[in-house]
Amino acid sequence: MRYSGFRVIAEALIGHRGWKPIWRDPTPQAEYDYIIIGGGGHGLATAYYLAKEFRQARIAVLEKGYLGGGNVGRNTTIIRSNYLLDGNEPFYEFSLKLWEGLEQDFNYNAMVSQRGIINLIHTDAQRDAFTRRGNAMVLNGADAEMLSRDQVRAMYPFLNFDNARFPIKGAIMQRRGGTVRHDAVAWGYARGADSRGVDLIQNCEVMGMRIENGRIRGVETSRGFIGAKKVGVAVAGSSSRVMGMAGMRLPIESHVLQAFVSEGLKPLIDGVMTFGAGHFYVSQSDKGGLVFGGDIDGYNSYAQRGNLPVIEDVAEGGMALMPMLGRARLLRTWGGIMDMSMDGSPIIDRTGIEGLYFNGGWCYGGFKATPASGWCFAHLLATDTPHATATAYRFDRFLKGLMIDEKGQGATPNLH
Amino acid sequence: MLILECPYCGVKAEETELSPGYEAHLKRYGPGSSDEEFEAYMFARKNPKGVHFERWRHVYGCGKWFLAARDTATLEVFGTYPAQSKEPPADLVAKIKARRPAWEGYK
Ligand SMILES: Cc1cc2nc3c(=O)[nH]c(=O)nc-3n(C[C@H](O)[C@H](O)[C@H](O)COP(=O)(O)OP(=O)(O)OC[C@H]3O[C@@H](n4cnc5c(N)ncnc54)[C@H](O)[C@@H]3O)c2cc1C
Ligand SMILES: [Zn+2]
Repeated sequence: MRYSGFRVIAEALIGHRGWKPIWRDPTPQAEYDYIIIGGGGHGLATAYYLAKEFRQARIAVLEKGYLGGGNVGRNTTIIRSNYLLDGNEPFYEFSLKLWEGLEQDFNYNAMVSQRGIINLIHTDAQRDAFTRRGNAMVLNGADAEMLSRDQVRAMYPFLNFDNARFPIKGAIMQRRGGTVRHDAVAWGYARGADSRGVDLIQNCEVMGMRIENGRIRGVETSRGFIGAKKVGVAVAGSSSRVMGMAGMRLPIESHVLQAFVSEGLKPLIDGVMTFGAGHFYVSQSDKGGLVFGGDIDGYNSYAQRGNLPVIEDVAEGGMALMPMLGRARLLRTWGGIMDMSMDGSPIIDRTGIEGLYFNGGWCYGGFKATPASGWCFAHLLATDTPHATATAYRFDRFLKGLMIDEKGQGATPNLH
Repeated sequence: MLILECPYCGVKAEETELSPGYEAHLKRYGPGSSDEEFEAYMFARKNPKGVHFERWRHVYGCGKWFLAARDTATLEVFGTYPAQSKEPPADLVAKIKARRPAWEGYK
């Protein structure tokens, strides 16, 4: 069923009795050409582009819980392409371009809102670094603008501009950045994949891999063995566990990242904003809640909940930036398990096992990557060659010393 | 709140006093090792869901590094021990085994 304004009117006339569930609930077949493990944003996007752009068939997505119950439904919904390094920026800009056409492409309202993102500047050194980043973005076909202190003040007069320690001196802005309704991204891709014949199989946990003579034959699941010619893994925080079933040890640790939402407030912040002196970022949802977050808890965790010290730390960052935040009540906090790679950048690559492919290490910035990640992973699965924007996301960059280290901080699992 | 007892000064420190140092008992490789050994030491991590041995620093206390065994899924702490240990002490391993019969043991 195609969605349109006409459809809404037609349904109104018949009492909305014509709407159908937007995907089937198929029983798994004995074998597929492609199995994608993980029904999050990346897995669903991969299946969608495999079917639509690469014209492949006999595809299944296996999800241990329900579609969109992982990080794709837990994130703070920010999209942007404001990276510095050559290995990253063309990929994220490709992703932003896909976001711009996504709703028309998959005929679903994902509420893509290019409301603009600003990263605040508090020191001269930071201005230099952001200017350099802005130039790299522009060279890669993205948009970036430097804003003066007065321009920022005109946008958000309530910020703490004269904080003695962290005065606001300006910002870098990407107007094409913004937010997207995260659940709708999962649902839109799921619907688009399902309507092209992809089997979306929920409550189906992959528990083992059948590998014979260095080649994948299929996966053992909670619903029995399912054969496959090619298997693509996109399980975010569970990356080490699932690839462990194939005997691999990844350059990834799993950590919890928390997010927060306040009670509904009148319109206050019409874009996305990040504090440059502490870790705090904020936007406002269409329901009025301030959606914000900060650092990961910092130690390995598979518990989808975080601890209080980070809540305090994030609140302190928020108070330093916009003291009025202290008047708002916190409505909810939650956590998601992040696949933190050792250089802060992702991996989309083949493995040493024929027919087994991996997509992960998204740290806590993988939502914005969803369309390009799906596209590039589908490209790799279908053609066995990396997409032009994802050639740097290789496993062997760690062996060869070619890490994509945005901040130049070296190997730790606590980078973006 | 995560609370770990520092094996040096005996303080039961909550996590704001501590700094995490990730996986413990990594075998160090330096100049003269193969690329693969060095890569595994620098980057490859066990990252288990369950029993994890890890490094911590009592950074706002005595300042020393120590090691801890913790469950990454339930956040239960099994115990802490000095950083000089080559592997987890036998009594700690026995304690974990008793609590987690399905655990494969320290490898
Ligand atoms: C609090 C928070 C805030 C964030 N904010 C942002 C942001 O503002 N911008 C941004 O770009 N990114 C953000 N992120 C990161 C982003 O959400 C993730 O990087 C991205 O969603 C990961 O990809 P995914 O959607 O495929 O993951 P998921 O939705 O987690 O999908 C993985 C799926 O795999 C399934 N799975 C796992 N193991 C198995 C198995 N054995 N068998 C079958 N299925 C399995 C899981 O159940 C899950 O559904 C945030 C994350 C969190 C937690
Ligand atoms: Zn101490």
